[in-house]
Amino acid sequence: MSDITRETVAHLAELAHIEMTDAELEALASELGVIVESVASVSNAVSDDIPATSHPIPLKNVFREDVVGETLTAEEALSGAPDEADGKFKVPAILEES
Amino acid sequence: MSEEILSFEEAMEKYDPVLGFEVHVELNTKTKMFDDAPNEFGDTPNTNITPVSLGLPGVLPVVNGKAVESAIKLGLALGCDIAEVSHFARKNYFYPDTPKNFQTSQFDEPIAENGSIDIELEDGTVFTVDIERAHMEEDAGKLNHMGGSTGRIQGAEFSLVDYNRAGVPLIEIVTRPIVGAGERAPELARAYVAAIREIVKNLGISDAKMERGNVRCDANVSLMPKGTTEFGTRTETKNVNSLRSVERAVRYEIQRHAAVLDSGQKIVQETRMWHEDTRETTAGRPKSDADDYRYFPEPDLVPVVTDSEWIERLRAELPEPPAERRRRLKADWGYSDEEFRDVVNAGAMDAIEETVAAGASPAVARKWWMGEIARIAKVREVDLAETGATAQTVVELNQLIEQKKINDKIARQVLEFVIAGEGSPAEIVEKRNLAVVSDDGALTAAIDDALAAMPDVADKIRGGKVQAAGAIVGQVMKATRGQADAGRVRELILEKLGVEG
Repeated sequence: MSDITRETVAHLAELAHIEMTDAELEALASELGVIVESVASVSNAVSDDIPATSHPIPLKNVFREDVVGETLTAEEALSGAPDEADGKFKVPAILEES
Repeated sequence: MSEEILSFEEAMEKYDPVLGFEVHVELNTKTKMFDDAPNEFGDTPNTNITPVSLGLPGVLPVVNGKAVESAIKLGLALGCDIAEVSHFARKNYFYPDTPKNFQTSQFDEPIAENGSIDIELEDGTVFTVDIERAHMEEDAGKLNHMGGSTGRIQGAEFSLVDYNRAGVPLIEIVTRPIVGAGERAPELARAYVAAIREIVKNLGISDAKMERGNVRCDANVSLMPKGTTEFGTRTETKNVNSLRSVERAVRYEIQRHAAVLDSGQKIVQETRMWHEDTRETTAGRPKSDADDYRYFPEPDLVPVVTDSEWIERLRAELPEPPAERRRRLKADWGYSDEEFRDVVNAGAMDAIEETVAAGASPAVARKWWMGEIARIAKVREVDLAETGATAQTVVELNQLIEQKKINDKIARQVLEFVIAGEGSPAEIVEKRNLAVVSDDGALTAAIDDALAAMPDVADKIRGGKVQAAGAIVGQVMKATRGQADAGRVRELILEKLGVEG
């Protein structure tokens, strides 16, 4: 069995701000368990002298010149905002007051 | 509601403080870290924005090469090793100032590691602060909390977000724990942040204005009972936005920790917010699951790979380090410790250096910048450079004095006119007809009048009381409306009365 428990999934769901039912947590725990175990088999095939890879193509040093380009207007920037005020994004109270 | 604190002295008798700092430096590149939106302070909200700044779906970041070079330069200035291979990583968390719901940062392979800098306190004591790492990341947007009391997040009904700052290049500099500062800890905290600010300003990589948040400090404080070596639980104080606040906040946290520990309680590992108005910290959120950032390599960015050629090219571009420059200038100028410290604290070092380079002696440069120009700057509440006085102004004023065209008093008036934009000192003296009366004939007449008016003083001088000549000089200056050369007047008086000066 993998280490993916129902609690692990619940914790991740909370961190990811995803609401999940008990049934979904159970189901995902076992599904993720299978996936993690499958991926773990890759580790077995890899020896210690192979560095971890985070990018499939061996590129390096892709840089941009420090030159200003096209920007959005405030209207464009806010066009997808759920709410706005004074040319700014409006978000609900951040702290949950007691 | 204030918490219990111990007096600083008592805290120091019982505990040794351990410090640690995370200083964020905003770079002054023209564009952001990962997109080409302008990096500009104070623009209309949400206009310095591209789809990348907003983290819209499908966008791809591209690293600002200039920002990488700034980071390498800072790493070198801090004596760090520059990584051969350095990666970006995603730091995942939800907060409205971060539109992508992750901050692009660096995790286990920062651009610079293992440095150290010597921090000199005002009395000359030197502490070496070890730098653990300096890494590249991006700033967050700016939140305005509305509906509560004066902009505080507590009690706010909603918040407004400006993403102009989201994506502005940041370098975070992390120290190793600083042990052994003892009662100098608050002072060292201030001096450390001041040194970082000075270094980044000197490198030209940041505007380094703390009031604009270009340099921000999170101060970690913990205490260990005297004679022990195991670190206590630490708190991290944020919102320390001036050098003075850094010193006060560290001092306050030491006092608060001491009171908590003395009462037998434990320090809660948490974020504290500094309030400059009450000069206290209050509890922020405790460290929790929310700090499980789940870093992983940023798949949309490729590694930064350095080689010695690149690093040495950047090293060759580094300016003289500020501390070395101070030592050199102090020796060159021959100022006393106290004189030099005053010059540094007044921010007059650059001006004096320029003035000396323009031909004035260090003594003359200091006299003007620390004297009349400093006075004017203080009255107008501006920096020395903002008075409008320049190195050339001082050099010219001094030349006019040395040529005996004007005296010190008139020179001060001329300075005011220069600052008012009336032209160069020479032009003003000409235009306003301020040249001193150096015609001995005119002076002699005035001196004769003064001596005749004060015969008893004249007798004193004849009797050898040379200091008494001051009264006669004063009288002559008055008669010539200050336009006489006081030195010359004195000479003439003594000559006339047959006394050696």
